[in-house]
Amino acid sequence: MAADRPQAILQPVRTGTIVGSFGGALLLNFLPWPNLALAPDFVALTLAFWCVRQPRVVGLAAAWGLGLLVDAGNGVLLGQHALAYSVLAFFAIALSRRILWFETWGQMLHVLLLLEGAQLVALAVRMAAGAEFPGWSLLVGPLAATLLWPVVAWLLLIPQRRPFDIDINRPI
Amino acid sequence: MEHTPPPFFLRGPAPLVGLAFFASLSLTLLVLDARFGYAESIRSVLALAAYPIQQLARLPVALAEGVAGYFGSQAQLREENAELRARLLASAQGAQRFESAAAEASHLRRLIGAAERIERKSMPAEILYSGRDPYSRKVILDRGTQHGVHAGSPVVDEVGVIGQLTRAHAFVSEVTLLTDKDLAIPVQVLRNGLRAIAFGGGTSGMLELRYMAANADIDSGDRLVTSGLDGTYPPGLPVAIVVRVERDAAYSFARVVAQPSAGIERGRYALVLSGAALLPPYPETAQGKNAKLRRAKRKSADGG
Repeated sequence: MAADRPQAILQPVRTGTIVGSFGGALLLNFLPWPNLALAPDFVALTLAFWCVRQPRVVGLAAAWGLGLLVDAGNGVLLGQHALAYSVLAFFAIALSRRILWFETWGQMLHVLLLLEGAQLVALAVRMAAGAEFPGWSLLVGPLAATLLWPVVAWLLLIPQRRPFDIDINRPI
Repeated sequence: MEHTPPPFFLRGPAPLVGLAFFASLSLTLLVLDARFGYAESIRSVLALAAYPIQQLARLPVALAEGVAGYFGSQAQLREENAELRARLLASAQGAQRFESAAAEASHLRRLIGAAERIERKSMPAEILYSGRDPYSRKVILDRGTQHGVHAGSPVVDEVGVIGQLTRAHAFVSEVTLLTDKDLAIPVQVLRNGLRAIAFGGGTSGMLELRYMAANADIDSGDRLVTSGLDGTYPPGLPVAIVVRVERDAAYSFARVVAQPSAGIERGRYALVLSGAALLPPYPETAQGKNAKLRRAKRKSADGG
């Protein structure tokens, strides 16, 4: 949305797209990854994307529910991801107007901070609950997820770039 | 007249209020789950909701394995077959010897009047994937309460103990591995019968024998087996081999590190042992006994 760049006018988002993207992210999350610390958290990434793009549609409630689902699916402490995702969603919504003004690299820098913050919240929760420190490789996962940000941003906006009904006499 | 903004401007509660609400909700759940274990019912419902997605996520891997297996060359299969047959022969001999030895042992035990050891039922299970939690060491099995497994059962592979089944869902169950920091297992040194408790070493992948006296008779190379004292693990299952013993005069305890015998991080299949051995009921706790005595006394005092 940088001022000096041409921007496509997007169609309004459909609920199906958002729900579908979260379903896909959960699917990717539940793939049997060989090393969990290095695997990107697709749900957190998708959540950050929608919170930045549609802060009025995807909010804290969705983040909390998704976090609970991820907690149960992963068999970890109930509420760990819920808390991390809530914090992530809050800051993503707070920064949403700012992030979109940046180029891809600036956006990725913001997203990196958001995702690392969420990971650190989860780390704090587990350390408080008495788990041992799994090593700093924990911070690689959010980095990997950040590198996927341009791909995700491009993929998830495809349905909005296409008009619902094609009319050759209309410019968009 | 009270002024209300038009509905267009209504945006729900402030974001900070929302964050405070959901954060406190999460913290409540966390405390309930971590401290009191009250959240299990919520967890089982949510796990059931996540189950189809998990199964779907496993499909591509299963498909790839299926394709790879289909194209596995015949020569390889034949080789594997021959090897398996040889192993079957060897283990059949072992099994025969074991049977006769077991019969002899049970006969002897009857002679000396000891309680006969109960055979445990076992259920083979496949390890689906390792748990998605970098903070703990768990694997997920493809057997759940629907197949008759229960939380608390020991899980073994062909070499020795892998861990304990700590949470049983409807169709899958979670096994906490021996190396998890929160799992402890009562063991015995095979050489001299010395009893100890082995704790998981976490990321090191080792076990640690805590509270061993500095002069305890234990050396590297000693084999550790389950002692069976807790009634959870049957006695005599191989657990680990001691790899390092550090004795420091400054501490009253020795530092004993052991390597698990079973393929904890490697294996594909596991055996869930079910049906706890027949044990005498737990003795009454001292408190309960005292309370009973006091009650009895009061009763007699009231009556007399």
